[in-house]
Parts: sequence; C-alpha cells; structure tokens
Amino acid sequence: MSDFRIPLGSWADIFIDFITDTFGFFFDFVRAVFSGAYDLVDLLLATPPFWVIILVAGVLGLMVRGWKFAVGTVIGLVVIVGVDQWENAMDSLALVLVASILAILFSVPLGILAAKSNLMSGIIRPVLDFMQTMPAFVYLIPALILFRVGVVPGIVATIIFAMAPGVRLTELGIRSVDREVVEAGEAFGASPLRILRQIQLPLAMPTIMAGINQVIMLSLSMVVIAGMVGAGGLGQQVVASLARIDVSLGFEAGLSVVILAIFLDRLTAALGNGNTPIGRLLADRKRRKHVTAPSDDAPAQPAVAETPAAQREPARV
Amino acid sequence: MTEITAVKAEESASEAEQSTTAAPAIAVKADKLYKAFGRKPNDIVKKLQAGASRDELAHLGTAAVIDASFEVQRGEIFVVMGLSGSGKSTLIRMLNGLLEVTSGTVTVGDTNITGIPASQLRDVRRQSISMVFQHFALLPHRTVIDNVAYGLEIQGMPKAERLAKARTIIRLVGLDGWADSLPSELSGGMQQRVGLGRALAADTDVLLMDEAFSALDPLIRREMQEQLIELQAELGKTIIFITHDLNEAMFLGDRIAVMRDGRIVQIGTPEEILTDPANDYVAQFVQDVDRARVLTAGSVMEPARSVITATAGPRAALRTMRDLQTSAIFVLRRDRTFAGVVRDRDVLKQVKGGETDLKEILAEATSVTADTALVDLVELAVESDLPIAVVDERNRLIGVIPRVTLLAALGNVSTATGELPAAGPPPTVPISVITDILRETAPEGVQP
Repeated sequence: MSDFRIPLGSWADIFIDFITDTFGFFFDFVRAVFSGAYDLVDLLLATPPFWVIILVAGVLGLMVRGWKFAVGTVIGLVVIVGVDQWENAMDSLALVLVASILAILFSVPLGILAAKSNLMSGIIRPVLDFMQTMPAFVYLIPALILFRVGVVPGIVATIIFAMAPGVRLTELGIRSVDREVVEAGEAFGASPLRILRQIQLPLAMPTIMAGINQVIMLSLSMVVIAGMVGAGGLGQQVVASLARIDVSLGFEAGLSVVILAIFLDRLTAALGNGNTPIGRLLADRKRRKHVTAPSDDAPAQPAVAETPAAQREPARV
Repeated sequence: MTEITAVKAEESASEAEQSTTAAPAIAVKADKLYKAFGRKPNDIVKKLQAGASRDELAHLGTAAVIDASFEVQRGEIFVVMGLSGSGKSTLIRMLNGLLEVTSGTVTVGDTNITGIPASQLRDVRRQSISMVFQHFALLPHRTVIDNVAYGLEIQGMPKAERLAKARTIIRLVGLDGWADSLPSELSGGMQQRVGLGRALAADTDVLLMDEAFSALDPLIRREMQEQLIELQAELGKTIIFITHDLNEAMFLGDRIAVMRDGRIVQIGTPEEILTDPANDYVAQFVQDVDRARVLTAGSVMEPARSVITATAGPRAALRTMRDLQTSAIFVLRRDRTFAGVVRDRDVLKQVKGGETDLKEILAEATSVTADTALVDLVELAVESDLPIAVVDERNRLIGVIPRVTLLAALGNVSTATGELPAAGPPPTVPISVITDILRETAPEGVQP
C-alpha cells in the first residue's frame, strides 16, 4: 500500500518547467506590463504630498456617499499618516488597484461568456472553484518562478485569487435579469450585442458591482501574502513584524490595511447600489432639462444626451 | 386625380390605409405548427403525427403545441384562449420566432419566417410584428418616452424624430405628462399603457399581446380592454391576443381559438363558441362566461309572430291577438318598417267605435339592432312587458325577444319558446269578450 503514490506534484513541477522554458518570452512581457502599470499607479499615488491624496479621497467620498463618509475617510487616512505608514499604504493601494482592475477586466467578460453559454459556465465553474480554494501561497510558488521576486508575482497571485467573485456575480447578475425584458428586446428585433449593452448589463449592474466590490476586498486581503514575495507596502511591514515579533509595527501596519479596506469597501458598495449624491444630482438635472423642453414640437427640441443619469442609476429597479 | 393623390400622400393616415389595402389579406398564417421540448423534439413530433397521444410521450419530453393551424385576417383581433399549460404562450412565441418551431411554418405578411437567418428574423420583428408582455417587460432604467421609442430606436430612426413620434403615441395611450417618469413611478395599468405604446410606436401591422392585461386589477383591465378596442378601430392593427380569461376573450375577440393540452380545439366567433361549442371541454369552459356581454340580440331573437301591417285594420289585429292569446301586437308599415305597437283594449275600443285606422292608437315600442348585447336589453325588458323588437339597419322588424327568451338565453336554457303563450304579455281582455265583439261588429257574411 505504501508503494502507491500518484506523482501529481512532480507532474506539476514538470509542467511549470515546460511553461517556463517554452513561454518565457511571454511571461517576461507580462511581467513588464504589470510592473509598468504598478509603477505608474504608484507614482501617481506616492508623488503628491499626502494631504493632496487625502483631499482627493475626501472629495470622492463626499460625492459618492456624503459628508459623514468624507470626514471618516479623512480621519482614517490621517491616522495612517500618523503611524508613519503612508508610503507603504500607497504602495499597497497601487497594488490593489492594479490587481483589481486587471481582475475585473478578466472576470467581467468571462462572467458574460458564462451567462451566455451553459457550456462555458460548466467549464468556468470548476476552474473558479479551484482558483478560489487552492491556498493562495501555492500559486505564489509558480508565480515566483515565472515572474521572479518583486511586485509582479504578488499581482498575479492576487488576480487569480480575487477573480472568482467577479465572474460568478457577473454571471448571476446577467442570468437573473428578467427573462421577459430580454424577450422584449428580442421581440423588437434588437441584436444580442445590443440586448447585452442596453438591457442585460444595465440591469445586472448592481450585482456586477457587488462582484467588483468583492474583487477589491479579496485583493486587499492578498496584500500581506504579496508582501512575502517582495511586493513591498503594508504587507511587507506585516511580514517583517511577524519575523521580529514586533507588536507595535504589526498593529500599525495591520490597522492601516483595515482603514484602506473600509474606505474601498464603502466607496465601491455605494457605487454598486447606484444611489449616490452625484448620481441623484445628475438625474435631477436631466429631468429638469426634459421638462423645460418644448413638448409638442419635439423635432425642434435640442437632442438630450443619451440618458447618462438613468444609466448611472440602474438600482431604482 | 393627381391632386387627390398628392393630398393623400401628405396625409400619413391615408397613406397607411393605402398600404393596408395593398398588402395581403392574411396577416399571420400558422400551418401545422408543432413545438416539443425535450431531448429529441423531432422524434416527439413524428410520433404525434403518427397518432401517439401527448400523455404517451410525456417520458420523452413535453409537446407544448400540437398541429396548430389558423389564419389571422388583417385588422382582426384574434384571441387564443386556454388555461395555463395549454400551450398558448408557446404558440404566440413561435409567431415572431422567439421560439423556433419544431415542425410547420409561420408566415407573417408574405414572409415565411420559419428557418430564416437570425438577421432576417430581426428585420421581420422590427418591421412587421411587435409584442406586449404580461408583466410589461419595460426597461426599468429608461424613462417612459425612451421605453416607448425603444422599437423605433432599434429600427434606426434618428433621435429627434423618434422622440416626436413617441410623444404622439404617449398622448394616444393616455399618458400625457408622464413622458419623463421612470416605469417604477407608474401604476400597473399605466405601465402596461407604456408597453402598449411601445408596441404601437413600432408601427408594425401585427401586435402580439401575451396575457397583456392579466396582471391588472379587474377595473383597470376592463378599461384597458375598451381602450384597446378603440385603438384597434382607429389604427386598424392586426392583434393576436393571448388570454386565459374567457370573458376577456369574448369581449375582445373577433374570432377565438380555444386551446387545450397543446391543441386548438375550436376556432370561431365568440357567439359560435358560446352557442355551438365543439366539444364538452369548450362547453364546460364557456358555461361560466358572462353571457350577457357576449350574446347579442340577433343571436337569441325569435321570429315575430304577433305582427300586423297597419293597413290590415283593427279587426284583423284583434283576431290575431286573440289567436295568439296576447294583449299587444307589433305594427309594420307598408314597406315592412317597424311602426310601433297596439294594445288589445285600444283596438277593442276602435272596433266598437267602428274606426278603421290603427295608426291613431299606435303606441311607441322600443326597438334595438341585432348587434346589441343582451346586457343592454335587461333594462328595456324591465321597463316594458312587451317583447323587445329587433330591427335591421333599415328599421325593418327581423325578430323579437320576449322576456322569457332573454331569461333563457342568460341562464343558458334551451331558448326555443316555440308555441309558448308566454311569448307576449297575456291578454287583458277575456277571449270570450273579444270573440263576442268581433261577432257583433262583423260585416254581413264574414266569419269571425
């Protein structure tokens, strides 16, 4: 019985070796793109003085949720500055942003594909299960081999780990759009692409935004793990504090992660349910425009912009 | 002549009229339609065609529509009625290709839409056939006017033009002032007006309506039904209406197809369905219908027997009344048009007094046309003990409806009163008195 051994591990090893040898140029390319994107975002976040970024975040909070959230945001970020983790926090934020955006770029189209085809859904689902449940440390190893130490393996591992809810919730959102409304589009002769653009995506938007929110939260939770492979930022501080059993550093870096997490979560959640102060403002302005337009002589009426406010406000379903 | 055509071309309404007369008389034609759901739908259809029953094939899948054939005339309201699961929703979705037929052909206008490429099918849907949905199926993130203009937008009409057209449609369906509201701000009835407006705006010849009023309150539903009939009269659309509500079917339909278990069991006018059901199922189905609103005077009236021409004189009138044992008789003019009614007492006086002109004692009597619904006769029957006279468009008497006939028709009892004396009001003067008077006043040598 002890002779029985499936050499799965060595197969994986051989597979990774094969990929490294054969597609090395491709991974070098990916590495260049990812680290370029990271450097750019990091430059944007870390170059201006901290108060500029805090101000921008505060205004963003005001627009999206209101003044309470704006005040909370400013206080939270000032705390990060106060515990001397600002630069690390910006490094981590850059990593989270780059990884999230890439994960969303991959996951939303995959979700649409899965919603449109049962076959694709059947293929994608187990792959997502695999990606989500396999301990994140495990794909750090091939990522390290393929992309070498630095921020890129961290980003790649984060993308893989964080993609799943984006795909799943996009698929769920599109599939749960009222069948009759989709039929209405078909019955009036709309093409599938048009139905996707004008009916399915707008109506699925709250669910898709919930997925995007989850993608961002999972990305943030990978920050520490990314820190282990040299990604820098708050993750590296946490790893260092663990190595040195440094309670104060650990607490300060950890608290900074929490503050970033709460900020990003509340921000994207508000975008997801669509009921934002700025959205309401736009909707009101659009409505006033419509009402003042001459109603019985429509051809002479100036063309009103293509329902921007309504599309930004899909949650009033 | 050229002037006339130029004027006509300017007027869009008459333009539409012209194109209507030029197009074929059959708007939609379904020929031996089958739709089966399951692993091998074609096998199911083959077995059905070979004579297997629906239940025998239940293990293979569902035969939703079996051998459905019908033709819908241009400008007609064709109602498909059946209980849930009878296949009516499946049937309507095959007419615009939302569901692919398993076997058979669908023709819309002069286009056979069976098996044509998706892009061509989309063209047919844009140009020829639009749809109203049970749960409205409005785009919730768009305003009323953008919803109404949706079909036009897909047709590729420029924005200003389609909004202008949508505004006229919004007025037409009675939603003035709501153009910039979102559907969620509207009541159910108003939302369905938007759905109806969206279909009307697309300006297709054919409108499919899938249980369009079933989700509405009864009062709103009745209002919408009446408005639909008005709109249809105004715009002359061909409407195929699906419903499970027999009263609705009877009210709206020029013709009704009754479906059961995937098959069409009877096609006919509401009155045909009601008075001559094809089988027990239909008969059972129609027994709960509001007969008063469906049946018309023409379908229940009986031949008028107590009738006399004015020139026949009072003696003849009196004799006829005696023979029929009734106290009143309808009087016709020379050209058979309806003049009124005379009563036995008055005629008796005239005969006693030796007068001969019935016109002097003529009383007015209510007359109705053959297409009056029974519900409108009830009040008349209450007001007067006379049978109700039914006249044609030239005011000629074509029949009468005694109270008992009206009751029998409403109660779905056999309506032939035959020789029943109860057909008219009973005599108010004893027969012996009439006979005596006739004998006394009789000219020499004439037998009463």
